[in-house]
Amino acid sequence: MKVWHFSEMAYHPAWPQLGDSYRVIIPSRLYDPKIGADLYHRYLDEWALCDELGINIMTNEHHATATCSDAVCTIPMAILARETKKVRLLALGMPIGNRNDPIRVAEEYAMIDVISRGRLEMGFVKGVPFEISPANTNPAELSERFWEAHDLILKAMTSLDGPFNWEGTHFHYRQVNVWPRPYQEPHPPVWTPVGSPGSAIEAAARGIVIGVLNTGWVRTPAIFEAYRSKAREVGRDPTPDRLAYMALIGVGETREEGRRRADQILGYSRTSGIVAPQFANPPGYVAPGAAAQMLKTGGAMAARATRVQTKDGRPINPRTMSVDEAIDAGLVFAGTADDVFDQLRAFYDHVGGFGHLLMMGQGGLLDHEETVANLKLFSREVLPRVADLGV
Amino acid sequence: MERIQIGEISLEMLTAGEGSPLLFLHGGDYFAQNREFVDRLAQHWRVVVPRHPGFGGSERPDGFRTVHDLAYLYLDLLDRLDLRKPVLVGSSFGGWIALEICVRCPERIERLVLVDSVGVKFGGREDQDIADIYALSDEALLRRTFFDPAGWAPEYTRLDDAEALAIARDREATALYGWRPYMHNPGLRRWLHRVRMPTLVIWGENDGIVAPDYGWKLCRALPNARLELIPEAGHYPHVEHPGKVADAVDHFARGEAR
Repeated sequence: MKVWHFSEMAYHPAWPQLGDSYRVIIPSRLYDPKIGADLYHRYLDEWALCDELGINIMTNEHHATATCSDAVCTIPMAILARETKKVRLLALGMPIGNRNDPIRVAEEYAMIDVISRGRLEMGFVKGVPFEISPANTNPAELSERFWEAHDLILKAMTSLDGPFNWEGTHFHYRQVNVWPRPYQEPHPPVWTPVGSPGSAIEAAARGIVIGVLNTGWVRTPAIFEAYRSKAREVGRDPTPDRLAYMALIGVGETREEGRRRADQILGYSRTSGIVAPQFANPPGYVAPGAAAQMLKTGGAMAARATRVQTKDGRPINPRTMSVDEAIDAGLVFAGTADDVFDQLRAFYDHVGGFGHLLMMGQGGLLDHEETVANLKLFSREVLPRVADLGV
Repeated sequence: MERIQIGEISLEMLTAGEGSPLLFLHGGDYFAQNREFVDRLAQHWRVVVPRHPGFGGSERPDGFRTVHDLAYLYLDLLDRLDLRKPVLVGSSFGGWIALEICVRCPERIERLVLVDSVGVKFGGREDQDIADIYALSDEALLRRTFFDPAGWAPEYTRLDDAEALAIARDREATALYGWRPYMHNPGLRRWLHRVRMPTLVIWGENDGIVAPDYGWKLCRALPNARLELIPEAGHYPHVEHPGKVADAVDHFARGEAR
């Protein structure tokens, strides 16, 4: 199993001043760039440390939010492509349905792949619903734009004989000719995050690696199974390296220390869904059947509130969930190294195995020293034991 | 509801009444709430109400995604039903479609009624002529939409599956056609001089989605229009005051015309 350290680079100093929305409408006056600079550097230091610890690196991006100050996932990757030498770099990733210029995405990724000498893993994301408003893309066309951009980027990276023409539904170029071409051939591995069996099936049909985030004990098995089943149907072997699961991980010398770290990292889960309701489900973002069900059951926020469940299917309030509840839900693995391994192993068996652990080793208020201790302990005590899983 | 086939597209359509033809183009939301207005009009007119492609149970073919498509489709509908020189009434988003029809083929339309229409940009790039309905809370949106918000929105939790699905499709289709540029065609203002037929602009005095000031600008931009404000009415005055607005349409289209 490969392990990846992920942080959203939260700008948590603003959190106490925010009300019912941590996203979209919050004034940037609440961001202090001097504090922000310190935060960027510490988060980058933590990723750079991963190169020594044998933990791969994962970035993401969100917009107009204090929950994640990584607004451009390729910027930390560009820095880390040179600062690190060994580990792989997963950007999960670029919201290509929301960006206006897929060619620019191909160029950014190709440059990082070359600078890192072929260590890039290339994520394409549809983006959560609250990303629609900052980008002002048409939610009813998002999926179509996403797949057209995906096809165009891959063709641009793999066409080595000069310009080609692209006059699609959403993107128009007459001389597509991306320089540099990527270091890896034919192109860096493609990833996408998915949250439902339906989107897992779309990815499986194309052989894309899926990263499953925040779906927990109850919802993950059906997603992985849908992927495996579709992959077999189209003649692809659904090897574990096609499947990734994200968990928040707090490991300590004592159980108490590990759980305390996890409690701070859970600041991510507790704040991530705080958004003014009108941005939580723009029309067209989900299919009309699903939107109709939301309409009948109290709207998108009500639907979000029941997503996280304990093993026995009891909904947990994500804003207030405790470490115990989050462990029960399969979102958090925490405690001593033994505890973390045992929880991970149980989850692994429950979902039928996977090849990548996306480890949120920093989240919320967990400070630099604690993050470093968390990563070092994980690297020393847990990493060697998971190496044999999912290979 | 009946259905009509126009070329490859099958639409839901409501027809009511007898007399000279009147084509009503509905707005983005509250489709069911148009009914009383339609029934009032049907006392004097043969009223035809297509549900736009992608809305309710109407099909929307792949690639059919602009208000231009809608304008040409309804010109085809006039042919298909042999509607000669109808009165054209458009509410909100339907007003935009109506304007797109009239700049193309002004000779096909006898008279035009625009009810709190969108579709045209008057302000500068930092002016929001049309409230961003997608950035408003449900409560604020309702308050801006109706003079008296109580009672107009359905109890969504009590809808049956088909009704909820129809509303979800209405909202998706409205976003599809109107998301960007937001609820207008940047080029339309240039061609408004072609809307030569007598035009009645009706506006809810308390419209919080598109203020009456926009209605006045629209009225002044049209060569042959007058404006009538409806007191105690928001964005859908014909829903809040169906009798009064139907009378105004009647008076304008029948009394003044014949």
